[in-house]
Amino acid sequence: MTRLLWTEGLGKTFQLHLQGGLRMPVLENVQMVVEAGECLALSGPSGAGKSTLMRCLYGNYGADHGRIWIRHEGADLELSAADARAVREVRRRSLGYVSQFLRVIPRVSALDIVAEPVIAQGVARAEALRRASELLIRLNLPERLHGLPPATFSGGEQQRVNLARGFAPRYSVMLLDEPTASLDAANREAVIQLVQEARAAGTALVGIFHDTDVRDRVATRLFHVQPIREAA
Amino acid sequence: MSFPLLEAQGLILRFGTTTALDDVGIAVHPGEVVAIVGESGSGKSTLLRVLSGQLVPAAGQVTYRDAQGQPHLLHEMGEAALRRLMRTDWGFVHQNARDGLRMGVSAGGNVGERLMAIGARHYGDIRAQATEWLRRVEIDEARIDHLPRTFSGGMQQRLQIARTLVSRPRLVFMDEPTGGLDVSVQARLLDLIRGLASELNIAVLLVTHDIAAARLLAHRLMVMRHGRVVEQGLTDRVLDDPQHPYTQLLVSSVLAA
Amino acid sequence: MSHDPGYNFAYLDEGTKRMIRRTLLKAVAIPGHQVPFGAREMPLPYGWGTGGIQVTASILGRDDTLKVIDQGADDTTNAVSIRRFFARVAGVRTTTRTAEATVIQTRHRIPEAPLREGQVIVYQVPMPEPLFRLEPRLAETRRMHALADYGLMHVKLYEDIARHGHVSTAYNYPVMVGGRYLMSPSPIPAFDNPKMDHMPALQLFGAGREKKIYAVPPYTSVRSLDFEDHPFRPHRADGTCAFCGARDSYLDEVVCDDQGSRMFICSDTDYCESRWEPEQ
Repeated sequence: MTRLLWTEGLGKTFQLHLQGGLRMPVLENVQMVVEAGECLALSGPSGAGKSTLMRCLYGNYGADHGRIWIRHEGADLELSAADARAVREVRRRSLGYVSQFLRVIPRVSALDIVAEPVIAQGVARAEALRRASELLIRLNLPERLHGLPPATFSGGEQQRVNLARGFAPRYSVMLLDEPTASLDAANREAVIQLVQEARAAGTALVGIFHDTDVRDRVATRLFHVQPIREAA
Repeated sequence: MSFPLLEAQGLILRFGTTTALDDVGIAVHPGEVVAIVGESGSGKSTLLRVLSGQLVPAAGQVTYRDAQGQPHLLHEMGEAALRRLMRTDWGFVHQNARDGLRMGVSAGGNVGERLMAIGARHYGDIRAQATEWLRRVEIDEARIDHLPRTFSGGMQQRLQIARTLVSRPRLVFMDEPTGGLDVSVQARLLDLIRGLASELNIAVLLVTHDIAAARLLAHRLMVMRHGRVVEQGLTDRVLDDPQHPYTQLLVSSVLAA
Repeated sequence: MSHDPGYNFAYLDEGTKRMIRRTLLKAVAIPGHQVPFGAREMPLPYGWGTGGIQVTASILGRDDTLKVIDQGADDTTNAVSIRRFFARVAGVRTTTRTAEATVIQTRHRIPEAPLREGQVIVYQVPMPEPLFRLEPRLAETRRMHALADYGLMHVKLYEDIARHGHVSTAYNYPVMVGGRYLMSPSPIPAFDNPKMDHMPALQLFGAGREKKIYAVPPYTSVRSLDFEDHPFRPHRADGTCAFCGARDSYLDEVVCDDQGSRMFICSDTDYCESRWEPEQ
């Protein structure tokens, strides 16, 4: 089996300088591996650091201790030591992240938001737009909305635009942070399908699924994130 | 791995007893958008002026790599070469459109100037390119013969961008390009810059105190304070997981972006 | 003829003339480049040709024959005064005949008859800086000349075409000298510009108020700026000279009576006379 994303002794502590340098350890010695075709669901109580782990895996938070590795362009790359440009390259080619909330870009249509990362991978614009439109339709976003900027969309609609943007580039590793949080049953079903298709295509997924029903259907394995004791 | 378009090391500059730049280094790669953020007096505008050859540092060097990959020491290039660079391979977008435009020359003439400066001598071609660029920056082409002083602030700024990008520079310096504009106008301008930079694969070195603008435009962020770079890295990491006390203060002082 | 003994030969003192000649040598060495000089106060106001007079005074020799024209005419007040001035202070021969003159001082025209080797034409220049209206900072225009950064001049032509459909500049039409320096030809009509190109005579330009001298040596290329699709076209009124019937010369339009009748006559009076004299 091929490891696509893994950590070695990952630790994360926040230091809040504005509060007298208060130190808040959140992750300690995390050893996590996800392989091609797997969907790893993070479990653990609220506040255990699941979201922090996800953000560390994406490079959005820096890792204080340990290492994060990713399989990128046929080689193992230490993401936790990569510089900004290398991280950007990994995100462009290999690593996707779907959060609960869409970061709306003013005046850019839903279709263009979804197609943008595909075009950035070098896919022709027409093909990228076709792929974007297909995904949005699968996620039940009516075609009349495709050309509009999603700023005025409902939370559920925005989330579906976000999901389409995440799945359209066909990354080899995907991070899903509550991907079905504000979706109805039909759309949850569409997401489950997308995850299963991605797994079948060899994608490694790591997700936080609040909805246990969804989790049980998509996850191949659980990974328990251990809350750590408050530092004295 | 590409070589940086622009690279600087050990830049030091003092104005009297004030240290404007204290051992600053930077590298900008092709197609990369880098934002320098910090409060007034942090040295960010001074850094931009040193990197664009308008100021000579007391110590340190700036290396520019031309389209053939040849490195040149910026402050040893000579004025003629630097000027040629500024109107071909580089561009500068000023905060105040009046500093970047010729207010007594029509919109078309403003856009065409850089083309004429590099030898374009066909009126029809120059006009066609000016028309095309007005369209790209969303200015009604019927206004091609109007003077910029009849334009709104946002339009003037978009015209300045057209005038700068028409010669297809590889690196554009921007000094607070959205400063002094209404919020709604800012959003449109930022979106335009973002689209053009990625479409034309232009590297942008942006100075701003607007964190939201930096988040929207920049791939990479440098935080400056008292002439020093206190923190730098991937834009979303610097803003979401700031390490330096000053960056934490800066980020926490901003309304949700 | 001898000159008025109350003045040094040709009015200026020898030191000043040497200074101006040194400036002229420099100007000839760098065709089209404006060289500063220490212009003197002259016994006539600025705008009346003080720059041209100083250049003429510095190059005149006792054997020279001087012609002075203003707007092409030898008989206008300014031309007559300057001619008399040099006749008195230098005692040189004067003429109205282009062919006979060795030195021609001019305001606003180049004679129609082609100039030949050995002749010198001295232009009176009010504003030597061709970029003056486009870039008000002199330090900046100097830098633009130094770097041959002349895109701005084309911007002016672009603006003309955009506004009027053609280049509307009819006088003082900017030229490139020797492929290097942008130069003001002084306020001659654009019609005269082609005469400057590869002219066998030496062309000297003097600006008294602005204290600048520049020159075009014989057989130097002088190109009027233009666009490929809007080539330079010297403009001439579509008419015939009422006196000599010339169809090729530059014409002045003259209002003849209170009813507004008009006619065209040659602006170059010597050329006009030379055409009808033989028939008389």
